[in-house]
This record gives sequence, structure tokens and C-alpha cells, in this order.
Amino acid sequence: MKLTGWGRRTPRATDLLMPRGPEALAAAVASDGGGAIARGNGRAYGDSAIGAQRTISTRHLDRMLAFDPARGQLVAEAGVLLCDIIDAFLPRGWFPAVTPGTKFVTLGGMLAADVHGKNHHRNGGMRHVVDWIDLAGPDGVIRRCGPDRNSELFEWTIGGMGLTGVIVRAAIRLRRVESGWIRQTTRAVPDLAGAMAAFEAAAHAPYSVAWIDCLARGQAAGRALVMLGEHAPAASLPPELRAAPLAVPARRQRKVPPFVPGRILNGRTLRLFNALYHASGRARQGTRLVDWDGFFYPLDAMLGWNRIYGRRGFVQFQCALPLTQAQGGLRALLDALAAAGSGSFLAVLKRLGPQSGPISFPLEGYTLALDFPASARTLALMERLDRITIEHGGRFYLAKDARMSSRTLHRSDPRFATLAALRVAEGLQPGLASAQSERLDL
Amino acid sequence: MSKTPVLILGARSDIARACARHFAARGHPIQLAARRSAALGPDRDDLELRHGVEVSLHEFDVLDLPAHAGFVDALPALPGTVICAVGLMGDQARSAADPVAAAQVMRSNFEGPASILSVLAERFEARGSGVIVGISSVAGLRGRASNYVYGASKAGFTAFLSGLRNRLAGRGVHVVTVLPGFVATRMTEGMDLPPKLTAQPEEVAAAIWRAAERRRDVIYVRPVWRAVMGIIGLVPERLFKRMSL
Repeated sequence: MKLTGWGRRTPRATDLLMPRGPEALAAAVASDGGGAIARGNGRAYGDSAIGAQRTISTRHLDRMLAFDPARGQLVAEAGVLLCDIIDAFLPRGWFPAVTPGTKFVTLGGMLAADVHGKNHHRNGGMRHVVDWIDLAGPDGVIRRCGPDRNSELFEWTIGGMGLTGVIVRAAIRLRRVESGWIRQTTRAVPDLAGAMAAFEAAAHAPYSVAWIDCLARGQAAGRALVMLGEHAPAASLPPELRAAPLAVPARRQRKVPPFVPGRILNGRTLRLFNALYHASGRARQGTRLVDWDGFFYPLDAMLGWNRIYGRRGFVQFQCALPLTQAQGGLRALLDALAAAGSGSFLAVLKRLGPQSGPISFPLEGYTLALDFPASARTLALMERLDRITIEHGGRFYLAKDARMSSRTLHRSDPRFATLAALRVAEGLQPGLASAQSERLDL
Repeated sequence: MSKTPVLILGARSDIARACARHFAARGHPIQLAARRSAALGPDRDDLELRHGVEVSLHEFDVLDLPAHAGFVDALPALPGTVICAVGLMGDQARSAADPVAAAQVMRSNFEGPASILSVLAERFEARGSGVIVGISSVAGLRGRASNYVYGASKAGFTAFLSGLRNRLAGRGVHVVTVLPGFVATRMTEGMDLPPKLTAQPEEVAAAIWRAAERRRDVIYVRPVWRAVMGIIGLVPERLFKRMSL
């Protein structure tokens, strides 16, 4: 059958296997033919979770197995969705210690991509909250891997994009929260320098993220909204919420219609959207209470939002720049966007903390994420962004990538040559391979 | 008021797992019954952890008819609801050629489920309450060359459920017949099914829960199936026998 990533670009033929349990999954990884990769809920934007030959879905391995309240440790199968973890544990006062910008991801996918969240500058990524994993290799054996055993395999799996094995189950730690509410502080800043200054001044804030209007021109160019957040203590809630601090009213979910007429996202509608968004953010500056769902997962309220780009799909660009070169690099990236005149619907800026594992994407510095409708013009623009990133010592996030060249990746990030060599040495290749790993020579 | 336990027969199937979650999420204790029930430990842990309900595992072989009464006696409590998700599609070509294989399909879909539901019907009738849910199939509404052994056994099961419902009406026991149509499960994996006609297991579970709550008699999961089967039922046999179905 044919699969795409979340960007819905270029469907690719692959066999899709749906094992019902750990043994069947291990057998599927080991079976002849090679070229297997795990796929969770299909939220990687590009071709990370499309097998070179066979794609092994983990969605039927979706059981939560044990919870230890003393340590906040949850043991669960790899196909469990983050939204189900929140549903089960927020009412008991626990929340994921690391979360990406969507709750519709699997535990296995979060680990394979070493996802980061709005708290990365303080708490790091998945590597900091995982105690161990069970990993199925191309030899059909399931191995327990952690800091104390099979540690090399463990370290290179967290962020290894599925190329070291298929995660069967994992133990992660959740964090205690007193409420389902976030105290959010929004500040409008005039430009990139203002946004970076706001991040540096808010190093203590548990959560931080900024949205940049990269379509604004003239005086308004680079204006941004910086959003900080912290879990609201129960005692700080207004009396009507204090009685049930963990209960948050369900948000209404909307669905993008199955067929979106033409390209509704064009320069004009994007500019209008960005201007409205900025205006509403500026009008609501200051501190207010928002629910966890709206704070962490604003896009999840729109089911199937990836369809708004129409049939040709869209592509994401996300790079991380080291602190010393961040300002120059970000300015050059935004200038290139402005020069090309093609804006990004969402431009998200975030301060990152230090790198955690040997193949983790984040590094001490800044990350910028952009998305574009897929077209020859935007793909050419992205190659310019690639070059600017490399010139400023930056690296790329494979969970977002759908189009980078092997040369670009290996020039930007020598760690991937080490990963490729490890795969050969450990006999993981060609048994495990994705469309992405073939494109990038991993 | 505490919720009554739900017994799920054939607990390993995708529809059964979805039903277990749906009822557990609404506070019902769950009794999971299947062969090799010890291997359902992770499912038990998952239901207990997510929903905080009691879950028990029970060894059950639908073909072992003499053991059925003892199986019911050994349950920790007589369930308020039983969902029979036992079924075997078999391979039609094999069922057509090999009487033993055909008998296995017929016994698994009809004889075995009818036996265990008869035992439970007796107990429910004596108690004066209970809901019996039988998952049958649209394949039982009209025999087709591509799956008539399976279809015939489901036709028998559908008729059995209809008779049971008739017998127990007015005695506090309700019987629901479920005709799910295509469902995306292990049984149909690899088949090229039309998406608009194909339900997810979670949809089937939600439909079963609604039907049990509202005392519906016969349900299709996706309403379009009622129309599809209505039309198929109208085709004269003279034409039907020449169609490739």
C-alpha cells in the first residue's frame, strides 16, 4: 500500500504489517526482505516512518502495563498514544514530563525522534525521562536497553529515528501537577532581537515558545509573540476551578473537510491570518489561565489540519542553531524568507537546552520551525535555508524532514556518519531502513 | 450504583478489545474469556491501569461444550452483560473441499456460541435481568459463493439470537444482534475493503454499548449497511445465482 508522512507529500509504496503483540512484532522485524521501519501514528512530517520495504505499525501494541506512583514511572507499549496517557493520568495528578506540539503521537515515536517540548531549555528531551526500552532487532530478539545495559544501543535509539530497532515497550517518568491549568504570560515583541531577549530573560520559566510573523513587512518585520507558561498550583486557581483542579472541560474538536477547495492558503490569506493572530496576542498580553490542551496542543483542536495545504501537501523546515551563532543565523533565515516573499503559515522559535543523547536533535541554542506548501519554489527556498543553517553551524530535525539531500545532512551533522557506521557494525542495516534513511544514506 | 460486570467471550479479537475498553471506560468490571487466557495479562493490566476497574481472566474454549456450565459457575460474579465476539472466518475454498475444516467454522460461529449463550440465558432468566450481545454478520443474510460456509454458520447464529430474544422478551433479559458489516480487524487484514463501508473496531464497540443501553434488537454499525443488505435481499434468486459476489 502507499503511505505518506503527515505532510501528505509523495505517497510511497510499502508493505504495511500490523502485529498484535510483542512476539509478532519481533517476528515481523526479523522476517526476510529487510528494509523494515516502525510507524506509530504517522505524525512524522516526511518519510521517516515509511519502510524502505516494510512498514511495521505499532498501533496495536497500545497497552499501558504498570505505573509506579512513587517514581511516577509508566511502563507502556510503544503504540500507546500520548493523548491516552494524558487521559488516564492527568485526573490522578500526572502529566507528561516532555511533550511535543501534538498529543496524537505514540510513545515509540516520541522516543525514536527524541522529541522536545516547550520546557526543553530546563528539562531536556525524551532522553531525560526514559528509564529503559525494550528493543526488537533485525535478529528477532527483544533486548532490554537502558543506561545500565545495552547502553550504546539505548543511547543511539533515543533520536535514532527507528534505525536501531523497533521499540516494543518503554518506561518513562511523568511529572506531578496540581492542576490541568497553565498560567500563560504573553508578550508582544517588535522584532527577533526582542524575542531572543525575552527568552533569555525568561530562562526560569518552565515553558516558553515564540511565534514569529515572518510575513509582516517594513516596521512590523519580525514581530513576535513570546508565550511563557507554568502549571498552575491548585491553590492559585479561582474558587470555581479549585474544587476540581484537574478537571478541564473538553474542547470542541473541529474537522477539516475532506476536500479543501483549491489552495486556501496563499500569500494574502497567510498575511491576514498572521496579522490577526498578532493583533489578538497583543490585545491579550499579560497573564491568564489557559487549559493544558489549548496551551500545549493548539493545532490538535483541528483534526486533519494537514489537509489545509491541499492535495500537493506541505513540507516542514526545522533547524537548531548554536547559541553563539543563533542571532545571525536566525536573521539570515528570516531575511531569506522575506526576500523569497513566501511566508510560512507557522514560524515557531524556541530556546533549547543542551544536547542530551548522542543523536539528539536539540543543542544549546535556538530552533526555528517553518512550514510551506510543497512547490518547486518553496523547495528551492528550503535549499537556501539549508545552506544558511550550515553556514551558522546548525543542524536539522529528521522528524520534520522530507526532502533534504544526503550531502546537506552529513555536512551539517557528522554524528549521522557515526550512526551509519554503528548500523553496519551492529548488523542493523539493511534489516532496518526507512525511505528517509535511504535518501540520507544512513 | 456500581456497574455490573461485562463478560467478553473471544477476548483476543480486535472488536472484543475495543468493547472491553469502551465498557471499562464507563466503569464496568470486565471478565475476559479466551483460550490461553494467561496471555491476556497485558490487556488486563491496561484496562485496570487506564480505567481503574476490576478485570479477571478466564480460560474458555467455545468448542468445549461440556465445560460451558462449569465455566459460568467459576466466574467471580454472574455478568450483567455478555458480549460474544467469538468467530472464525476460515478459508472458503478449504471449507468447500474439506468437511472437517467446514465443521470447524460452523461449530466456532454457531454451535459453540449458541451453547455458551444458552447457559448464560438460563442464568439471566432465573435472575430476571441481563443483556446478551451476539456479534453475527451480514454474511448470514444471504449466502454467497465467496463465503457461504461462514455465512451459513452466521445465519444460524442470527436465527438463534432472534429466537432467544423472542423467548426472553418480557423476562427482563435483552438480546442484541450485531451485524457489523466490514470492520478493519485482523480477520479482514489484507482485504481491499471500501473505506466508506468499513468500520473501525472502536465504532463497533460504541454501537454495541449504545444498543445495550437503549435495548436495541438488531443493529448495523454503519447505517449504510442496512441499505446495502436491503438491496442485496431484493435481487431475485434467478439473477443472484449468476452474480459474482
